[in-house]
Amino acid sequence: MNSAKQETEGEDRVNSAKLDAEEEESVNSAKLDAEEEESMNDALNENTWHLHLDGLSVGYNGHPVIRDIHLGIHRGEIVTLIGPNGAGKSTILKSITRQLSLISGTVIFDQKTLSSYSYKDLSSKMAVVLTDRLHPELMTCHDVVATGRYPYTGRLGRLTKEDEQKVEDAMKAVQAQEIGSRDFNAISDGQKQRVLLARAICQDPDIIILDEPTSFLDIKHKLKLLSILRTMAKQKNITVVMSLHEIDLAMKISDRILCVHGDKIFKSGPPEDIFKGDTIQRLYDIDNGSFDPLFGSVELPGIKGRPEVLVLSSSGTGIPVYRKLQRQKRPFVAGILYTNDVDYRIARQLASEVIEEKPFHEISDRAMQQALDAVQTCTQIIDAGVEIGPCNQRMQEILKAAHESGKCVLA
Amino acid sequence: MPEQETRENNTIQQTVKNTETSYHAEILKRRMRYTLVFVILAVAFLLVTVININTGNVDISVGRILRAVFLRKGTTDDMNIIWKIRLPRILMAAILGGALSLSGFLLQTFFENPIAGPFVLGISSGAKMIVAVVMILVVARVGAISSWAMILAAFAGSLLSTGFILLVSRTVRNMSALLVAGIMIGYICTAVTNLLVTFAADSDIANLHNWSQGSFSGMTWDNVYVGGGIIAVAVVLVFLMAKPIGAFQLGEAYAQSMGVNVKQFRIALILLSSILSATVTAFAGPISFVGIAVPFLIKRALHTASPVVVIPAAFLGGAVFCMACDLIARVAFAPTELEISTVTAIFGAPVVIFMLIWRQKGKRA
Repeated sequence: MNSAKQETEGEDRVNSAKLDAEEEESVNSAKLDAEEEESMNDALNENTWHLHLDGLSVGYNGHPVIRDIHLGIHRGEIVTLIGPNGAGKSTILKSITRQLSLISGTVIFDQKTLSSYSYKDLSSKMAVVLTDRLHPELMTCHDVVATGRYPYTGRLGRLTKEDEQKVEDAMKAVQAQEIGSRDFNAISDGQKQRVLLARAICQDPDIIILDEPTSFLDIKHKLKLLSILRTMAKQKNITVVMSLHEIDLAMKISDRILCVHGDKIFKSGPPEDIFKGDTIQRLYDIDNGSFDPLFGSVELPGIKGRPEVLVLSSSGTGIPVYRKLQRQKRPFVAGILYTNDVDYRIARQLASEVIEEKPFHEISDRAMQQALDAVQTCTQIIDAGVEIGPCNQRMQEILKAAHESGKCVLA
Repeated sequence: MPEQETRENNTIQQTVKNTETSYHAEILKRRMRYTLVFVILAVAFLLVTVININTGNVDISVGRILRAVFLRKGTTDDMNIIWKIRLPRILMAAILGGALSLSGFLLQTFFENPIAGPFVLGISSGAKMIVAVVMILVVARVGAISSWAMILAAFAGSLLSTGFILLVSRTVRNMSALLVAGIMIGYICTAVTNLLVTFAADSDIANLHNWSQGSFSGMTWDNVYVGGGIIAVAVVLVFLMAKPIGAFQLGEAYAQSMGVNVKQFRIALILLSSILSATVTAFAGPISFVGIAVPFLIKRALHTASPVVVIPAAFLGGAVFCMACDLIARVAFAPTELEISTVTAIFGAPVVIFMLIWRQKGKRA
């Protein structure tokens, strides 16, 4: 937290809104810190990690892909692995599910080393949703979900009434009742993912491991899946460990995020620590575009060069114009934007120049001059709509100059 | 607003009820389907058995057959023909046919591929190779070979091929690649056998030729007891493994997460399937297509691959199929008897072709 504050103080354009946000964040973090400390004490006393990866090296055929993983996960926590393709997220998950043997280190699950569990014992505690393609023969979706009850059925695998009810409930939870009687091989990839999630849910696990569970889902079902996971974690105290490609979703759902990159855990911590500064940009080696850690959105790289268009806007009216100019590869200057304006955040990434002003201040002479210069030099001016209030009266002058220049069009 | 809510709740409850009833209807439909298939198989079994006993060079009326079978009364000729020739042969065809079909089902589960079967995987060829080696070595020195030695040799050969497949499977994880490896093993064994046969004296390999044609003729009650005993034990073990087999149908990774010790299970599965097919090959020689065609037809008929139902049905189906094929082999060009594989191939191969087309269609839909 200290370093975060220093960073804020170091910035010369501190604004109250940002401070507010920071303060709120710091309160939250302080709470988290306290919780963390408490749990640390617990950990020292009776070792309450639900899943503990201790000096783990994982990989294939004795060759480590990722070394030295240390991680303690509490019951009911949602931990998400993010990182570029091929970083080894699946390798870590496969090692936790015992599909891969560990190269070194130990996994302690519920106070016992993972290898001391029989497969049978583990099956009633750990459920998985894998990326493996499933081609069951002549099985309906309902049949596939019902295999989740396998650890609880007798020798012939017959389902009791109670089992049936759990299967039904799980199908309802993922909104898959209506495809229950369809052949599993005949449904879409997204539907398959939902059916496999239902399967994992009715397995009644203490921990659920999911490898890219959202990859084929549409936006509605992505949100649905994540809210199901959140409910499971917070109400039933089920631990969730998963890998996600959607970093924006990871930011919103996870209690903790693990960045996997190179041959190690590049960084780990609560989302507010990960989505700060250029961590994400470095994690994914993004040199071709940018990531806004506050909004969790990605942008293609901005157009560099001498601006030929001036965009006048406020409160979000400029964003569609910026995007359009970027598609047309025309360098532009955006102004005059208060630094707490949504337009400002996007303009910083897309515009070749931004004329900015501190929030709630009257427009300074410096900004005025820059804007009037831009009116002169640009070949086109786009008026996307500017809200004028007591603070930014001077924008009227700019607009007037723009319209008089004859280069101005309305967006 | 509250009215609307209740209405919405009602519709939700309605749909819940609908899905529940439709699900129960589904279960009922399934059970009826299973019952129907088993009834048809049982009727076919009885029918083929009776026709089989009733058919042959010597005509014996049904009344005399029933008397001979159930009351053990009749002329010495009737008794001999029925008890010493026809009954053991029919029983053996049933038992071995069932074993072949079941072995095919297990191998298809193991390889996650519907084309896998004991004949395709070189298990039969391995048996033939060792039988050839033993015959040529033993007959040349001792002058004769007992049928027991042949059976043991076939058994050893089958297990040799299986062992090799298991060995390869430790490094090759891809099931299609493993299947190809199995097919190649079959070719190697056949090549070695041909090499031996080329340089052997005709008299040494006369028996080999007879045996390798595959036939249910000349079965004795001893054969029935021994073969039946081994197969009975294997079938019971397979049935006890029905649940993990079902889990394995979802793939190795999911099976493991469901509590199956995959490594042990794989070994158990392939050992059981090769014991089944080795027993068949040892007694009746290599028989093709039963292991692929019958499980496929049974699964389509039952409309499920669930092992609890498929295991008994596949066994029964294999029994009926082999008895029928044996009947045709005996009758079609009587008094000349056909190779059993000739008949099974004529009826089995089209099923495989149909299966490939069907799968393609399934993919498109």
